[in-house]
Amino acid sequence: MRLNDDLIASDIGAYLEAHENKSLLRFITCGSVDDGKSTLIGRLLYDSKMIFEDQLTALENDSKKVGTQGDSIDFALLVDGLAAEREQGITIDVAYRFFATEKRKFIVADTPGHEQYTRNMATGASTADAAILMIDARKGVLTQTRRHSFIASLLGIRHLVLAVNKMDLVGFNQDIFDDIVADYLAFAEGLPGKVIIQPIPLSALAGTNMTERSPETPWYDGPSLIEYLETVEIANEQVSRPFRMPVQWVSRPNLDFRGFAGQVSSGAIRAGDRVRSLPSGRETTVTRIVTASGDLAEAVAGQSITLTFADEIDTSRGDMITSADQPAEVSDQFQVHLLWMSEQPLLPGRRYILKSGAKTVTATVNAPKHGIDVNTLAETSARTAELNQIVVTTLSLDQPIPFDPYKDNRETGGFILIDRQSNDTVALGLIDFALRRASNIHWQALDISREALAEQKGQRAAVLWFTGLSGSGKSTIANALQKRLFACGRHTFILDGDNVRHGLNRDLGFTDADRVENIRRVANVARLMSDAGLITLVSFISPFRAERQLARNLMPDGEFIEIHVDTPIEVAESRDVKGLYKKARAGEIRNFTGIDSPYEPPGNPEIRISTADRTAEDVAEEIFVYLETNGFLSIWEGPASGI
Amino acid sequence: MPNLTHLDRLEAESLHILREVAAECEKPVMLYSIGKDSAVMLHLALKAFYPARPPFPLLHVDTGWKFREMIAFRDRKVKELGLELLVHTNEDGVKEGVGPFTHGSAYHTDVMKTAALKQALDKYGFDAAFGGARRDEEKSRAKERVISFRSAGHRWDPKRQRPEIWNLYNTRMHKGESLRAFPISNWTELDIWQYIRREGIELVPLYMAAPRPVVAWNDSLIMLDDDRVPAEIAAKAEVRSVRFRTLGCYPLTGAVESAADTLDDVIQEILLTTTSERQGRTIDKDQTASMEKKKQEGYF
Repeated sequence: MRLNDDLIASDIGAYLEAHENKSLLRFITCGSVDDGKSTLIGRLLYDSKMIFEDQLTALENDSKKVGTQGDSIDFALLVDGLAAEREQGITIDVAYRFFATEKRKFIVADTPGHEQYTRNMATGASTADAAILMIDARKGVLTQTRRHSFIASLLGIRHLVLAVNKMDLVGFNQDIFDDIVADYLAFAEGLPGKVIIQPIPLSALAGTNMTERSPETPWYDGPSLIEYLETVEIANEQVSRPFRMPVQWVSRPNLDFRGFAGQVSSGAIRAGDRVRSLPSGRETTVTRIVTASGDLAEAVAGQSITLTFADEIDTSRGDMITSADQPAEVSDQFQVHLLWMSEQPLLPGRRYILKSGAKTVTATVNAPKHGIDVNTLAETSARTAELNQIVVTTLSLDQPIPFDPYKDNRETGGFILIDRQSNDTVALGLIDFALRRASNIHWQALDISREALAEQKGQRAAVLWFTGLSGSGKSTIANALQKRLFACGRHTFILDGDNVRHGLNRDLGFTDADRVENIRRVANVARLMSDAGLITLVSFISPFRAERQLARNLMPDGEFIEIHVDTPIEVAESRDVKGLYKKARAGEIRNFTGIDSPYEPPGNPEIRISTADRTAEDVAEEIFVYLETNGFLSIWEGPASGI
Repeated sequence: MPNLTHLDRLEAESLHILREVAAECEKPVMLYSIGKDSAVMLHLALKAFYPARPPFPLLHVDTGWKFREMIAFRDRKVKELGLELLVHTNEDGVKEGVGPFTHGSAYHTDVMKTAALKQALDKYGFDAAFGGARRDEEKSRAKERVISFRSAGHRWDPKRQRPEIWNLYNTRMHKGESLRAFPISNWTELDIWQYIRREGIELVPLYMAAPRPVVAWNDSLIMLDDDRVPAEIAAKAEVRSVRFRTLGCYPLTGAVESAADTLDDVIQEILLTTTSERQGRTIDKDQTASMEKKKQEGYF
């Protein structure tokens, strides 16, 4: 770690003062091992003297033993552990490396380059200010160059180094370099974000144009790689944007102090500035910027601070403090780009947890509009999203969140999706724009209300949702109940799983994704029927708790009645009216609930029915009594008190 | 307009991590080892929640073989700051008489440190523990997450670690699972020293050179801190001017000969030396156990 030995030895105080004030650059290196990426990073560490003697001795020994450079040092060995890891089956991952020069400290996110590591590259890119794109001078712009550029640009990296490496192997030929650069610049026009490209001819192995410009390339008049990294201007982009700060923590040490702690995402803030708290929209004035080292007159993007306000506005963790005259948008429906990071594919219609800033909400992700081929940037058709796939889709949230489009603000336009069962992070997302369905697609105001439609029929609308295994008796009970209701003049309709699959849902199979979509459609149809004032009986296996919850959420409170027909699988299988269990056991039907696909029983259904030793009529009567007792069979008289 | 230096940016990131974990986890704790990295982490915690106190206690896993100066420093510091300190020692290990001289460094560390830490986390039901590990310490740590997820039984499963995108940390867990959070992941050893200097953070005096009784043992220079060093080893002790680069259990942490008795001198010496930090620790050399393996077993 000997940076400037002379000054360190002569005046350590002066040296440390100077070094306290370095800036920090985070960058990512993209390229595969063959392009010389590991050699490049190894050399950066070596040249900036971040290697200690004991490590150097180990490196020299390893170089002789397993290196590829004869008796010379194989810099790649400093960073390459990947082969061994692959053998051990450990996830190949982002490695973070650190080095410093006299001017800057650097954090390098080192990620593998193959397509199956797209998620790793995106992870590294998400926090990077710049990217070094490795190209082998002998091979030129390859598919993977385009992939890396696309991901870097999509994730908002504006500074790209086109590192044309192994120039020594093409005789430092300028024409070759110029052709590659021209080729690349033509391609870069189509990238999703604005990028500033610096091409540099290099030999990482020989050290050409690494720390200073080399005599081998007299025709090149740009900076060396280190010069570029030391000087590329990155600081003010985020500071120049409007003020944003997600509230991480509300600090209340005593009754006299109420502070809102967070890290400034963008812009600057001064005491006396007007701010708005979102989503509430309440405005106030900043009174103090509190830190442990004393109050600040001003704080800028990147700083972790605590704000106090002139007014007691209701603000809590997850809210966003923004400038009053340039506030963020607030919405609950978006078009987004998703990069899927999980082995479990996206299930459109299923609900996921979405985290953005310090806010956590529930998101329903719709089926993708299209995918993006990361190699050609072409649109592809996509019904779901699988590991490492990028898709464009829409999603809706259970409550509105403050945001900026990702292209306008990297810090407030990105989110992650978390699976509700496994708690895994399954996707990263970039907000393209809000759908503003509320303002674009107006609800048609209806003069006859849903209550009036139900009242005309002498009843209250409801959805009776029968769930249970195949053969549990759902349809038989629903039929018996419908007859009973019909007999006393009630208006009903049955949505039956088998029947709906012959028409509306004939395009759906039995994969998890299709089951979710199946339920989504049926739930919406049930909602429309109940809007028409009908008592709607839905008889669907509906094995997943999350989807039944989705159906429940579509209905007004109290109008969704979940009925668990709790017949044990042995009983259902012994009945086997349709002969399906037999086929499933024989392997002729796949994804059969209860056999090779799970059934998640309701935790707290309105009605649970054990069918053993009971007739369908008997059970139907029990449900009929429930409806009568709860006022569904008499005219609606407004919400009961206390609801 | 303030121009953020690398230390400013590292500090801000650490504060963000501390607040995020404190806000999202039910029962966090901060592991406090009394060393310089712990001192920096504690300082950052005080800053993150200022003017309130950090909303979690400190936990010191005491192997019973810490330098006496460390324990005195710990007790004084905690009292000054008005923080809650929990001290846990593996009583099974004590009954068994486990110690580095009698059982070797690997077994001692395993029982008195790794197992003790798990015991303490289970005993108090902590679901998150802040640790002062850094990515630059060792090759295998270069890929460690800021939030490192542990399944029930405190196992580190490489396949279940979550991607960390932007500064959005996913801290969701099932019951029985827990996480380790490393707020100073992105700091290097030099960053730590520069920050200590900039902020005037007080350290255990053992980091500065002073005449101390030491003896060569197991390839390192160990200090006689009490009468538990076996007599035949202790007999060869002599007083030399030494300091410590890292502080662990005194028989496992080697001293280096040095005349650097001020912070600047220490930093100067570190910058001019050519052996890396962990070389002073016997644990890395003992067996051929990699940090990777230690981590899987629950060592920090």
